[in-house]
Amino acid sequence: MKATLQPSNRSSDGASLAAPVQGEADNQPMNDTSSRPSGGNRKRSRSGGEWFGKTYTLICVSVLIITIFSIVYFVASKGLATFFVDGVSLKEFLTGVKWSPDGEPASFGALPFITGSFMTSILAACISAPLAFCAAIFMTELMPKFGKRVMQPVIELLAGIPSVVYGFVGLTVIVPTLRAIFPGQGLGVAAGAIVLSIMILPTITTIATDAMSNLPRGLKEGSYALGATRWQTISRSILPAVMPSMLTGVVLGIARAFGEALAVQMVIGNAPFIPKSLFESASTLTSVITLSMGNTIMGSVQNNVLWSLALVLLTMTFVFVFIVRVLERRSLR
Amino acid sequence: MTSIMEIERLNLHYGEFHALKNMKLDIPKQTVTAFIGPSGCGKSTFLRTLNRMNDLVPGVQIDGSVKLDGQDIYSDDTDVETLRKRVGMVFQQPNPFPKSIFDNVAYGPRLHGIKDKARLNEIVERSLRGASLWEEVKDLLNKSALSLSGGQQQRLCIARALAVEPDVLLMDEATSALDPISTLKIEELVRELKKDYTIVMVTHNMHQAARVSDRTAFFLNGELVETDDTEKLFSNPVDSRTEDYITGRFG
Ligand SMILES: Nc1ncnc2c1ncn2[C@@H]1O[C@H](COP(=O)(O)OP(=O)(O)OP(=O)(O)O)[C@@H](O)[C@H]1O
Ligand SMILES: [Mg+2]
Repeated sequence: MKATLQPSNRSSDGASLAAPVQGEADNQPMNDTSSRPSGGNRKRSRSGGEWFGKTYTLICVSVLIITIFSIVYFVASKGLATFFVDGVSLKEFLTGVKWSPDGEPASFGALPFITGSFMTSILAACISAPLAFCAAIFMTELMPKFGKRVMQPVIELLAGIPSVVYGFVGLTVIVPTLRAIFPGQGLGVAAGAIVLSIMILPTITTIATDAMSNLPRGLKEGSYALGATRWQTISRSILPAVMPSMLTGVVLGIARAFGEALAVQMVIGNAPFIPKSLFESASTLTSVITLSMGNTIMGSVQNNVLWSLALVLLTMTFVFVFIVRVLERRSLR
Repeated sequence: MTSIMEIERLNLHYGEFHALKNMKLDIPKQTVTAFIGPSGCGKSTFLRTLNRMNDLVPGVQIDGSVKLDGQDIYSDDTDVETLRKRVGMVFQQPNPFPKSIFDNVAYGPRLHGIKDKARLNEIVERSLRGASLWEEVKDLLNKSALSLSGGQQQRLCIARALAVEPDVLLMDEATSALDPISTLKIEELVRELKKDYTIVMVTHNMHQAARVSDRTAFFLNGELVETDDTEKLFSNPVDSRTEDYITGRFG
């Protein structure tokens, strides 16, 4: 038995030895023809291109960095002026519930807006995340063809719709519906959150879909081979495996919802109070900024305090980016 | 020796491509059957018809009969999940779940409704012992399976397959991604496992087929050219194409 096997071994060794030699022979002429005739010329033009590329990149990067830093500096200096120049107490700003910048005495409690922003964006993520997960499952597991050809473009389209359109649809469809079902005017956190949830759906769906299509093939097969049904495979294998990416998507979605102004402002009612129910008028950081900005004078405390709100927004954005970074690092491990 | 699986007139098409041509094979109980043949000849495809993993491939069409204990597994009243529980599979690339070692082995039993912690503990230990991995990992059961070496991961995958108590274990080039020592360990394990299980393995390594298998089937271009006792097939093949292959004249 051994004897018949040995020749096979030898010949396969021979084949593997022969392969690289042949590869080298193939490579050499190709190198020759490509490098010799244009050698000198190419060197000069390449280093010229390199110089141009480097400078151009450098300029772009500097512009970016300068822009970012000036924005941060501008917002911070204006926003902090409220506390250092105008003497508004930071504690009152962050924890006060009364907002009347033009009142006598004026009070600058921003808590209702901070609460409003968090409520709408987190609620939006809670609505959007399961939808996004199901959409991603549908597009990768259930009907990949239909998903790629129809669903994906449609969902990407959602990302391109201007926010004023969302606000308008929200105002004409969602608000009346909510008014019909629940007590109140229909304007409020719930309406804002629903509108936002649709706006952030593409973000979370895209991230979830990418995560699912990048799962190793063996993961699913391994599960099916143990006798798992499709549903068991989705819930016990795929869901846990894409959870870190889902979280990243959710945080990015929250960040986007947090910063969205126009659509929310159109449906939330814009009352400067902490709402007692989801169907009561409220405000967010962004909505109060866009609504009040035009009515204040640059340099006045009423104007500066809006910058302070913007500073809160900016800080939260940094926090969200930081969270995403941490999540990503954790999922890499 | 009685056959546990009987395959007859098996034809498989991937769309237009005729991948398996009129195959016939009996797999005797508690033996190791090895599939050999050049790349692309249909070994994996054949193996995957035995637990209906090909059902997951779109556009595949399968005709003929594949019987497990006399029951046609492609008949309408076959429950695919039960079939896959009885016919386990180990893949070429170790594919543990990104979970703890314990949860990997307990995945199958949990699927099939076992929740009792003590029972799971017992199954996990028995399966890991069965895959000769217990001594190496008994103190690390809560560590991620991905922290194991390639060879350990593959034995974990074997343990995972054993945990659902299959009758037949399919192994598709299960050692090709492993170093020689891990390979030897798994070969030893296969010889051990055939006392309780029927094993069907695909291998590119004819020495491996000769070392561990009782019967060998030679595949070529979608045909099953020859099946015989391993000893006989390697020393005295009937078909000239088999002889050409095992003496290394092609492939
Ligand atoms: N999903 C698929 N769709 C279409 N054709 C396929 C598919 N899977 C395999 N094939 C084709 O079927 C033939 C047999 O493939 P198979 O994977 O069974 O070969 P194999 O003998 O296992 O090869 P290897 O030794 O390289 O693993 C090949 O020609 C392959 O191209
Ligand atoms: Mg194969």
